[in-house]
Amino acid sequence: METIYLLFITVLAAFLGFELIRKVPATLHTPLMSGANAISGITLVGALVAAGGEDGTLTTIIGTVAVVLATVNVVGGYMVTDRMLAMFKKKAEKKSAKDA
Amino acid sequence: MNSAILINATYIVSACLFILGLKLLSHPSTSRKGNTVSAIGMFLAVVITLLDKDIISYHWIITGIAIGGVIGAIFAKKVEMTSMPELVSLFNGFGGLASLAVGWISVLTLANQSVSELARGVVEGSSNQGLSLTISNLSIIIGGITFSGSVIAWGKLSGKMTSGAITFAGQRWVNIALILALVAVSYQLTQTPDNANLIYSIIVLSVVLGVLSVIPIGGADMPVVISLLNSYSGIAATAAGFAIGNNILIVAGLLVGASGIILTNIMCKAMNRSLVNVLLSGFSKPIDTSMKVEGELKALSPEDAFYVLEAAQSVLVVPGYGMAVAQAQHAVKELQELIESNGGEVVYGIHPVAGRMPGHMNVLLAEADVSYDLLLEMDAVNQRMETFDVAIVIGANDVVNPAAKEMKGSPIYGMPVIEVERARTVFVLKRTANAGFAGVDNPLFFKDNTRMIYGDAKDTLNSVIREFGDD
Repeated sequence: METIYLLFITVLAAFLGFELIRKVPATLHTPLMSGANAISGITLVGALVAAGGEDGTLTTIIGTVAVVLATVNVVGGYMVTDRMLAMFKKKAEKKSAKDA
Repeated sequence: MNSAILINATYIVSACLFILGLKLLSHPSTSRKGNTVSAIGMFLAVVITLLDKDIISYHWIITGIAIGGVIGAIFAKKVEMTSMPELVSLFNGFGGLASLAVGWISVLTLANQSVSELARGVVEGSSNQGLSLTISNLSIIIGGITFSGSVIAWGKLSGKMTSGAITFAGQRWVNIALILALVAVSYQLTQTPDNANLIYSIIVLSVVLGVLSVIPIGGADMPVVISLLNSYSGIAATAAGFAIGNNILIVAGLLVGASGIILTNIMCKAMNRSLVNVLLSGFSKPIDTSMKVEGELKALSPEDAFYVLEAAQSVLVVPGYGMAVAQAQHAVKELQELIESNGGEVVYGIHPVAGRMPGHMNVLLAEADVSYDLLLEMDAVNQRMETFDVAIVIGANDVVNPAAKEMKGSPIYGMPVIEVERARTVFVLKRTANAGFAGVDNPLFFKDNTRMIYGDAKDTLNSVIREFGDD
């Protein structure tokens, strides 16, 4: 039953993902990709439980490595996406920025 | 109130924030907010997970987050906008490796359980355990392929290895053998989960498979590969989520997986090729040399180009990967301002696969402060191509190649291109007279209205800009 329930979520999330992303314009495809990349760092959540558990040395080592890698993915991904998106401006916005 | 309910309730909030974030990303004016919303969702998910009852020690977690955070921040601050494709591949690889690690741990945990269950004489539920093992194993495999494939993509994009296709005899058979071996070892693992050698074999096999899948793909097809690897990294997270029964991993991973698949699809369509064709392109026969076009190339000096541009009312700029290599985006913007102050109009025609990743050109031009409403898509500029006095092609080749329409049998035949040859005059800024990436001679270069301006794109543009200054 548990598996079916997870599968149910999976199917809905896949449809939702397709609908959401289809609307993103070509101009924003690179930030979309790096932003989505940051989201894929959600593996961090799985790594945390492993790194902080009591299951033994090997698990702790693998878990900690996973935490490091996933954090690079999350922090780097969001920061670089923000840096990129900050550059996307329209003409009018720029002029008012210069006037100010 | 137990913590499991609180954690899962917060995961729902996080999932909503991810969804809202992606929705806001669909317009440039709200996109930055969208990214922040998504980051808040991630922050919530991470913080609430720390309440998990299975976490008993925090020092390794804190150390890991601190190290990873610093490395990530340095990467994000330092990277040049022209190197975005490399960075995204590298981050993809890290995400894949993390998913591999989570899958690995999950297998170890399941193996421990099965040993202790055997000791207690529990036989029940063994079929369910087989399923869990298979899913955890899948997380290792997809994670491994994502990791090594991304590292190879990074190497190709950053010039650390040749960007051309690398193939060897029998490569296809090796791949098939690898996949069969993976299936066999995976089956073994479900039978004897406590055999560590099996896990090591699976990791090695999937890493090798990732390498072999990406090396035969050439540089110009990189946008497809990056999109696909992006999708894999999401699917790897989903598999890891299944392995540990965590909803937020499943949902977030699938959002990423879907985004990668959509981008892959857009890139393939833009080249009029199927995904299979792109992935196996390195194996296709060498291009038929009898197709080469002949004619005279008409060179033009930057000074003469200036006289034409000075008189032009409407100018189209078509950038390609060469603009990124020459770091010419700021010079392009400067030229745009000069033409505009001269009373002319400048717009940009962006082909979906220009550059090395989806939207690569848009980011570079945004960096140079070009307004995003001047960045037009291929169809929009093709519709009004005749109205342009000058079309300037900067470091692009295949995406403006009329062979795609005119020459049956050309490797790019059928690919939609920006039809610059219909503009009144075409300037092609090119380093040398060699063929572009796909090794196709470009009939555009021989058209009556085409003028070639040889040299580094940035130097050429600066020469033209200087002429404007002298005026």
